[in-house]
Amino acid sequence: MENTDRTSALLERFVPQMTRSTRLEKILVIVCGLLFIWGLYAFVLQVAKGHSITGMRDNVVWGIYIVNFIFFIGISYAGALISGILYLLKVEWRKPIIRIAEIITVISTILGPIYILLCMGRLDRLDHLLIYGRIQSPITWDVIAITTYLIGSMIFLFLATVPDFAILRDSNNPMLGKWRKRFYRFFAIGYDNSEKQRRLLKQGTTIVSIVIIPLAVLVHSVLSWIFGMTLRPGWHSTIFAPYFVVAAVYSGTGVLIIAMWAFRKFYHLEDYLKEIHFKYLGIILLVLGALYGYFTFSEYLTGWYGSEKWELHLIYKLFDRNEFGPMFVYAAFIGVLVPILIIAIPKTRTINGITIASAVVVTAMWVKRYIIIIPTLQTPLLPMQDSRADYVHYSITWVEWALTFSGIAVFFLFFYFSSKFVPIIPISEHVESDDPEPGSSLNKNLNNQ
Amino acid sequence: MLIIKFCPRIIIIQLFIPMKSQNKKKSDRRKFLRNSLALSTTAFLGAGCATGCSSPDVNSSGEKVKVMTTDGKLAEIDPAHLHHLTHHKISSEEARLGDPNKEYVMVIDLAKCRNARKCVEECQRMHFLPPEDEWIKVFLMKDSEDTASYWFPKPCFHCNSPSCVNVCPVGATFKRLDGLVLIDNERCIGCKFCMTACPYSSRVFQWKEPEHKISEDVKFSPETSVPHQIGTVGKCDFCPDMARVGKLPMCVTACPNGVLYYGDKKEDAVSNGVETVRFSELIYEKAGYRYMEELGTNPSVYYLPPVNRLFHPETGFKNLSEEVESRYEVARSKIKKEIK
Repeated sequence: MENTDRTSALLERFVPQMTRSTRLEKILVIVCGLLFIWGLYAFVLQVAKGHSITGMRDNVVWGIYIVNFIFFIGISYAGALISGILYLLKVEWRKPIIRIAEIITVISTILGPIYILLCMGRLDRLDHLLIYGRIQSPITWDVIAITTYLIGSMIFLFLATVPDFAILRDSNNPMLGKWRKRFYRFFAIGYDNSEKQRRLLKQGTTIVSIVIIPLAVLVHSVLSWIFGMTLRPGWHSTIFAPYFVVAAVYSGTGVLIIAMWAFRKFYHLEDYLKEIHFKYLGIILLVLGALYGYFTFSEYLTGWYGSEKWELHLIYKLFDRNEFGPMFVYAAFIGVLVPILIIAIPKTRTINGITIASAVVVTAMWVKRYIIIIPTLQTPLLPMQDSRADYVHYSITWVEWALTFSGIAVFFLFFYFSSKFVPIIPISEHVESDDPEPGSSLNKNLNNQ
Repeated sequence: MLIIKFCPRIIIIQLFIPMKSQNKKKSDRRKFLRNSLALSTTAFLGAGCATGCSSPDVNSSGEKVKVMTTDGKLAEIDPAHLHHLTHHKISSEEARLGDPNKEYVMVIDLAKCRNARKCVEECQRMHFLPPEDEWIKVFLMKDSEDTASYWFPKPCFHCNSPSCVNVCPVGATFKRLDGLVLIDNERCIGCKFCMTACPYSSRVFQWKEPEHKISEDVKFSPETSVPHQIGTVGKCDFCPDMARVGKLPMCVTACPNGVLYYGDKKEDAVSNGVETVRFSELIYEKAGYRYMEELGTNPSVYYLPPVNRLFHPETGFKNLSEEVESRYEVARSKIKKEIK
């Protein structure tokens, strides 16, 4: 297929971005690389010396590794929301953000399970999950659900990128080197944009987007059941699955908005990622925030009102200023009310305002996962009569921080390198529309609404 | 040097085994277990049997092995005879199954406990546990503001509906036909899910490389729970290896006050080493109960309520190390308000 003039014009716009790095980008890569090496060092140390160098002990057996695990799987919902729900609803404005969302999904679904591995005492026995796997265990459900979800998300990302690979393959742009061409030729899998291929691709994408929604819901439900199935105060709750799902979409949308903001700013994509995208996603964020607040209220109100001994014990710890009070306030009040207010008030409903709201959401959701895991583990049914302070109170060690920041760094790196291989805005989607200006189809669409 | 957990005497016995026979044992784990169990059986049965059982068809090698009898005397016997007495071959399949004709239970009489901590210490010694790891813990309990404080020894409850077994992704912890919940540390992946699932905090994790000195020849068995392995979960195993040779768990025999009773529910008999009583009668007469029945875990450990107590809870602070004493600080402050 020959690229049209408009395609070439679009490529002209995106290829320099993909092939050249600014100084800021280079600094970012170096910083993230160093963080990754720091994490690698911590990991080697942890394997060599055992988990005693983490803050985890017999009561708090799961620390921030599990917090990070839930957090990353949670933000993977960005893709499920955009590619699944918005695709099926045929929402036109999703087109420029579809790739950012799908990349978030794939990276975080790969990163999340790594934290489970970090939490495992015997990494060398990973094969036991296959050799001796028991379907009765929620961990097995999790392994099955996450792998299926990851494969589904990867297929979706791939299908949505094939037309762009084809465009890049056929491009005459001299900035695209030989090895890049070879890469695009391989991944374009012979796509030439014929009528039949286009139909098949659309069918495939529709099927995957339908499949990915129940899959995404299942992944986080199963994840919540790891906690919900135990007889622990604060965990043994019937609403845990929907609660986790809502919190996951909430944080996923937040990360998506932040990623959009960053790409818009550093790749100068103002004419693609417009204020209206932020506003629409902001409103979705507001609705999700309200839903999350509702679940939170319902969860703690029933626990407090029913006032079962252990449940109450836990809730008092959450409200105690000297224990988890500040964190609880941040996760349950600030993390809900502040974003809702910022987005609800027209004056603050700007790109920067919505991004700040998203930053609050994302951090609050991390803290939320922390106060789900740690306080419950610090509230065993039998008293903790132990003179060892580290067994009674969990405190995060540098090893755990190193591996956490290393994970975030890998997230950035992965994202950065992805944007170097494919245009972060799907070109093909813009070629297909018949408007002369890139992104103007969007404007028309949005103006009609 | 072979060291196994059964009894300090066995350790001595094994010192006398000629090096030649020891080398032979190195390769085969089952053979090792068989031999060591045979040895222990011999020791427990006493020299009278060991020397008296010499049957003519055994090819005597002329080599003699020294064993110690129950009354502390040394006796020389032919190694061939040791094999004759073998009747405990514990394959890993067998260790996972257990004896279908048994149902192990424990009864703990809270009225007699004064936190002497002998159960804790002996358990640690037998299982090569460091001082910080306790498979049986003693809590100072106070159920509510106006109720009495009491000492509460807590081993693993070996639940009949064990949450820990349900959640294990690899079947490393399993429920046996005789009611025991054991751990295969060679299968455990260290996910710690069982630790969060257990509502009784019965499980401990091997956070670092174990420091105890057991010979490398000792192969792991879920029945002995040793040697420990880094990154895996451990807990009270109800000493099935001791039961196999007709011995009570060390926590039971170590207790100076006969607090702990161990036995077989199917046989309806439990013993604290001093007296053997009918399980059902004991539970009936003293109104035995199970801790946190409402959780639905169906424990195999029964408690007799702390009525007509032999000791005031304050007695439990005698001869405690500073470290142990500091654990109970908060709970202890509540005793003081109670009538002495």
